[in-house]
Amino acid sequence: MIDKEQVHRVAHLARLELQPEEETQFEGQLNSILEYFEQLSELNTEDVAPTTRAIDVSNITRIDQLKSSPNREEILDCAPEREGDFFRVPKIMGEG
Amino acid sequence: MVSIRDLHQQLINKDRSAIEIAQEALQRTKELEPKLRSFLRLTEEHALAQAKQVDAKISAGEDIGLLAGIPIGIKDNMCTQGIPTTCGSKILENFIPPFESTVTGRLAESGAVMVGKTNLDEFAMGSSTENSAYQVTANPWDLDRVPGGSSGGSAAAVAGGQCVVSLGSDTGGSIRQPAGLCGVVGLKPTYGLVSRYGLVAYASSLDQIGPFSRSVEDTAILLGAIAGYDPQDSTSLKVDVPDYTQYLKPDLKGVKVGVITETFGEGLDDEVKGVVETAIAQLKELGAEIQEISCPRFRYGLPTYYIIAPSEASANLARYDGVKYGFRKPDSNNLINMYTQTRAEGFGAEVKRRIMIGTYALSAGYYDAYYLKAQKVRTLIKQDFEAAFESVDVLVCPTSPTTAFKAGEKTDDPLSMYLSDLMTIPVNLAGLPGLSLPCGFDQKGLPIGLQIIGNVLREDQVLHTAYAYEQATQWHEKQPSL
Repeated sequence: MIDKEQVHRVAHLARLELQPEEETQFEGQLNSILEYFEQLSELNTEDVAPTTRAIDVSNITRIDQLKSSPNREEILDCAPEREGDFFRVPKIMGEG
Repeated sequence: MVSIRDLHQQLINKDRSAIEIAQEALQRTKELEPKLRSFLRLTEEHALAQAKQVDAKISAGEDIGLLAGIPIGIKDNMCTQGIPTTCGSKILENFIPPFESTVTGRLAESGAVMVGKTNLDEFAMGSSTENSAYQVTANPWDLDRVPGGSSGGSAAAVAGGQCVVSLGSDTGGSIRQPAGLCGVVGLKPTYGLVSRYGLVAYASSLDQIGPFSRSVEDTAILLGAIAGYDPQDSTSLKVDVPDYTQYLKPDLKGVKVGVITETFGEGLDDEVKGVVETAIAQLKELGAEIQEISCPRFRYGLPTYYIIAPSEASANLARYDGVKYGFRKPDSNNLINMYTQTRAEGFGAEVKRRIMIGTYALSAGYYDAYYLKAQKVRTLIKQDFEAAFESVDVLVCPTSPTTAFKAGEKTDDPLSMYLSDLMTIPVNLAGLPGLSLPCGFDQKGLPIGLQIIGNVLREDQVLHTAYAYEQATQWHEKQPSL
């Protein structure tokens, strides 16, 4: 079971600012979803290896080569706030 | 409905120009948009420029490929250089990709004419396309109902005749379920057969791009054009891509078809059950050997998926922080607040819910109980399929437990929405190819889909089975009255 305090903590880990009514709603919904997950405990998986990818491809390598990125301006232009050749962000140490 | 081959013939006979075909598709799309809302953006200028190039080639006497001049819709989670790609999210509202996805690049080279970017559930998370931040797409068979999701725009656009074919992406059923609910053909290829480079990531171990069309032959043609190794995608498979149309044969003599017993139990709508059983009897008449196959762990696919996919999503979506692209909440007083407020305002409810589930499942103390457990169950589900494919060539089951539901019906109950992907999810967990094709209608006139599942890289057998069934039935010829 997950309580409101945990919802708040998980939201912080996920960098999501939730409104109090969202926290209440998520608490209920996440609990019913977590309860639904419980059925997995019916399966004994003690000696089962986990699958991370359905179809494994391994040792994908490529030559480590310098390549120029042709569209530097377009990439920088995607930024919500650009200053010259930099992405601008609010100050890292705030008052709040 | 006109096929790729018909249009190709018209083009090389010079009965119609690519410009005329593009203009007609754009015209029909504009007429139907107030009803269907399949498209987030029409790319008229781009389409006409592309069509003009195809016409120039034809005039110059050059050979054109089958897809040249064919109007196509692209799900708006595939990056198109210089053309906004929103992923159905407010957080990418102003995002103009500085690069092109491999699939759209290959299609452009083949001369296909992109008419627009189609609507989807935000970040492809959903089963009804109601999670789009922009609009709700209607099902062409009943405008009060959902087209399914998450590729609902691409499914509705093809079902409504706005474009001939389209591309979607499928993480847990997002091509097959809307194909089933809209009465078109939808294929999720083997994981790794189609490059994901430029596809906005949702759950990277499950995501796969695939085609929507009105016929199995068009699906085979489009798959051939987008499949194949891409060094830009580290999960791309190094395999030769055959001409998939060579496998389209009308009889099924010697083909072993397994019916997944567990999919005919609780939760399956009676009408869907009856129609799918009739379809299976038809496969038998065509020469297939039918046998019941038990996949006892099939039903655990759903809870497994809803741990694995949100976990991967919570990591993939960490990149939306308001720094390098997309939306930023203005006037935050420090960096952390900027992140949390940007994400709070930029993401919709379902995306937040899945980020929360995933973050929780991966957090200290819960990792073993949820994420690791789910990865182990994934192995068991895969083993069920492996055992099944020792005795059969393809597996069949309903695509969805019900036909299309009413808009708004399931939006307040995430779990009941998740259940509509019960039959499609295990296929993604095992990385297998799966196709949905029309196999009948319920009493309300809503389409029902038959899902055909193949072994790894056996798209040939899936397409063969689908083609034989399609040729023996008329379901694919029915069109919604719009």
